[in-house]
Amino acid sequence: MQVPARFEYEVATSVEGAISLLQRYGSETRLLAGGHSLIPMMKLRLASPEVLVDIHRLDKDLRYIRDDGGTLRIGALARHKDVLESELVKEHYTLLTDAETMIADPLVRNMGTVGGALANGDPAEDLPAAFVALGAEVVARGPDGERTIAVEDLYTGPYETVLEPVDIITELRCSRQPAGSAYFKVERRAGDYASAAIGVALNLADGKIEDVRIGMCGVGSTTLRARETEELLRGQRPGAELYGRAGERAAEESNPLEDARGTAPYKRDLVRVLVGRALEKAVERAEVV
Amino acid sequence: MHIQVNVNGEMREADVEPRLLLVHFIRDYLGLTGTHWGCDTSNCGACTVHLDGEPVKSCTILAVRADGHEVTTIEGIWSGTGLTPVQEGFHEEHGLQCGFCTPGMIMTATALLERNPDPTEEEIRAAISGNLCRCTGYENIIRAVRWAADHRTAREEVSA
Repeated sequence: MQVPARFEYEVATSVEGAISLLQRYGSETRLLAGGHSLIPMMKLRLASPEVLVDIHRLDKDLRYIRDDGGTLRIGALARHKDVLESELVKEHYTLLTDAETMIADPLVRNMGTVGGALANGDPAEDLPAAFVALGAEVVARGPDGERTIAVEDLYTGPYETVLEPVDIITELRCSRQPAGSAYFKVERRAGDYASAAIGVALNLADGKIEDVRIGMCGVGSTTLRARETEELLRGQRPGAELYGRAGERAAEESNPLEDARGTAPYKRDLVRVLVGRALEKAVERAEVV
Repeated sequence: MHIQVNVNGEMREADVEPRLLLVHFIRDYLGLTGTHWGCDTSNCGACTVHLDGEPVKSCTILAVRADGHEVTTIEGIWSGTGLTPVQEGFHEEHGLQCGFCTPGMIMTATALLERNPDPTEEEIRAAISGNLCRCTGYENIIRAVRWAADHRTAREEVSA
């Protein structure tokens, strides 16, 4: 029987209240949102916070998905299920829908939150890579007010972020609406974390790739952005030959480690193939618009 | 910590440690052993219950998280007059062998049909993808859910 170590439990009823509790209890305090990464880690004693601040009662403030004049705003307590079922997301940010169909399973998606997926910092977590491709920002609030952090700058290592212990993620914000996007993933079995996954979001102009961003999941010590590959693609006419070269460049840019989900060369090869497929699908979707 | 949870329509109270998991609260404190405790790693779905109407894995939720909320277990879906269409479907289509996954499967299937009364086979497969059957009896489970969908609709038409 897996039992978490003892901890104190507090329920926050406002964002400000959550921040005060984080300040009062100090750095061994963790926020509890959906808990579907944190509680398994606590049961395995990989995490043993002294205090949990449960924020599920902030749903009234932080559970939403809306369009704000062309900017996508997703509240930190939006569940995976909310993202998967959002027509707004499906229409304009399709790679998030792609990713959500492959994140864990429906029961876990009923509990797991977007903010939690970002804050946890697992390099094999799908949403950070998808949000990197979208060029999204995290909105974090702390005692000194609010700031935004680009998702690609959020991580300093596995499970390590630039967030302060007193910060709470309140929102994911994406001001760029791509013409086409796609997320491809290879997993060992349904609902597993990625052996490798790739998110692509792009715009076309005059039949050429104008603006492209690529997020890579599970192939580095943090979520990665394939900047050199993006550079190679910019201004080019889409096609199989270009996708092939992009895949090879991205494979070089990735830095996978061998683990139970595959050897490093295998994961690199997945990157090569998945970048090609994601580009092809994203271009196809952009052309339909 | 003192918690009050509406379980199957009845207010239940207890003093619990914050680290107590919902599945153990249900089984050990309330004696509702229909909810099974399986893998303990949020993979198998044997512990599926409804929390405020949504199917969730109770081995990965703290009992204190349910304070002030509604929980429905397999014992709570009893209609009072007989088996529910989902339960009947599992009986009619041999949707269980050893029965270990069955309460979780039924809770997930019940929630599916409430949201989507006429699911395709693919939608049923997707919905139960978080519930593992160690007998690998998935084909019959899918038929059982489909049976429930057909007869549920028929019943509604009759009662309407």
